[in-house]
Amino acid sequence: MALDKSEVEKIAHLARLHIDTEEAEEVAGRITDILALIDQMQSIDTATTEPLAHPLDVVQRLRADEVTEANHRDELQEIAPSAQEGLYLVPRVIE
Amino acid sequence: MIERTVAEISTALASGDISSVELTQAYLHRIEQYNTDLNAFITVCEESALEQAKAADKSRSDGDCKPLLGVPLAHKDIFCTKGVTTTCGSRMLQNFVPPYDATVVEKFNAAGVVTLGKTNMDEFAMGSSNETSFFGVVKNPWDTARVPGGSSGGSAAAVAADLCAMATGTDTGGSIRQPAAFCGVTGFKPSYGRVSRWGMVAFASSLDQAGSICKSAEDAAMMLNAMAGLDEKDSTSIDKATVDYTATLNDSLEGLKIGIPIQHFAEGLSAEVEQNILDALKVYESLGATIKEIDLPNNHLSVSAYYVIAPAEASANLSRYDGVRYGYRCAEPVDLEDMYKRSRSEGFGEEVKRRIMVGTYALSAGFYDAYYRKAQKIRRLIRNDFLAAFKEVDIILGPTSPHTAFELGAKSDPVAMYLEDIYTIAVNLAGLPGISIPAGTVNGLPVGLQLVGEDFAEAKVFNAAHQFQKNTDWHRNKPDLTGMES
Repeated sequence: MALDKSEVEKIAHLARLHIDTEEAEEVAGRITDILALIDQMQSIDTATTEPLAHPLDVVQRLRADEVTEANHRDELQEIAPSAQEGLYLVPRVIE
Repeated sequence: MIERTVAEISTALASGDISSVELTQAYLHRIEQYNTDLNAFITVCEESALEQAKAADKSRSDGDCKPLLGVPLAHKDIFCTKGVTTTCGSRMLQNFVPPYDATVVEKFNAAGVVTLGKTNMDEFAMGSSNETSFFGVVKNPWDTARVPGGSSGGSAAAVAADLCAMATGTDTGGSIRQPAAFCGVTGFKPSYGRVSRWGMVAFASSLDQAGSICKSAEDAAMMLNAMAGLDEKDSTSIDKATVDYTATLNDSLEGLKIGIPIQHFAEGLSAEVEQNILDALKVYESLGATIKEIDLPNNHLSVSAYYVIAPAEASANLSRYDGVRYGYRCAEPVDLEDMYKRSRSEGFGEEVKRRIMVGTYALSAGFYDAYYRKAQKIRRLIRNDFLAAFKEVDIILGPTSPHTAFELGAKSDPVAMYLEDIYTIAVNLAGLPGISIPAGTVNGLPVGLQLVGEDFAEAKVFNAAHQFQKNTDWHRNKPDLTGMES
């Protein structure tokens, strides 16, 4: 499947990536090549095959609903680009 | 001493022939001499390494005799290290200093190792040449015009050039085994779930596995002894008892049934590499093993399925980098969306963005069945091929890579780069343990031999690799670093 510029711009938006109009063409070409590689897997019939999500088909372990971690809020916020009084700061969302 | 294996160093430390401080100083000196050229390390922890070495010498004098006590190691810069920058090869995490250690790091610390520093890698482990690192390419110590392989290229180059005794790595589609092959060292990927992924920056969670890069299979077994085991913090970590992986290294290979996948000796394999692998087979035959051709009929679809599954999982995992909680944030964002988009576009490199977009596309509305679900079905077929093969053979043998290390810049087309991992990717999709060991040279460049075992048959893989290394000297081969000192 060949992607065009507008589809690339749409995917970039979904992935929250900024793409310059000048580079969209090249990116579309590269991704089209990758999709051609991927499409080789359409060559075989898998109608009766069950998908495999984990190599060992194991199920998630459960554990008791107990607090096991201490509160590391301050340490974790120390490495944030912008935080204040326990809150992460971002550009104003509501005017 | 620095060129020796971990097993030899461990013995020398135990007998008092050398102290951990002396050894650590020797490696730090070596790093200072050669890292400018090789670029294998992103961060060197000189001060803390010497402190750890002192502490190791002290606990040895107090009677501690853990096998890895005082042995200098390097961590791939994908493992979180408390208080030490963990970049994952990306501008996004250039200044990220984790407030905690990864489980793997914790376990090695508990084993008493000395951490020399953090090794260079492809950005977010996405690459097969180490050329996508934000911190510059790593050079192959055997020929600095060539790539070391990737994504654990820094670890492989550091071990090959004796800048450390051993290193950690991670392998999602071949990222331990292929650089080990290109740099002439031993690289081991355990079964999926054998080693905890907690604190290891996530790329593709159903494929990522931590492992080792070192100088022998025996060393890899010693490293797995320290790394393996259930971790409640990683929901995919397996609750299965570990064994002493060094205990069966010396078992006889008499009667071992080795499978040779016809697909790994087909078109695309360099004739010289093939000859090296056939010569290695003769060594195995002389040790009493029998050889049988096996069929992995869906192997050719492994790269296609992988390039759906890995990017899809990466697109979800990397959505956490939004410029809010940690990592890079763009300057003066005008609004929230601008902040997300510019932080991500400026923080991620080209290949990472490409894979996020492929994954986003594969997971977008209307395409899930055609891509992700289809790829998971192919994944089952690929695993079934291995399960069928293991009914007839004990171990699978072939080349790690179709050729030796290629020149820097030679694979500018992403699809050509993706096809580099044609012999390693299926092993990740199936979740099996695999090792690459040196098995010869072509025009002075190392050739890697891959051995793949059944689920959790790590000890069998080490045994087969160790017996080869007892009977050959390829793993003792060293690159000539003359002229590289700075």
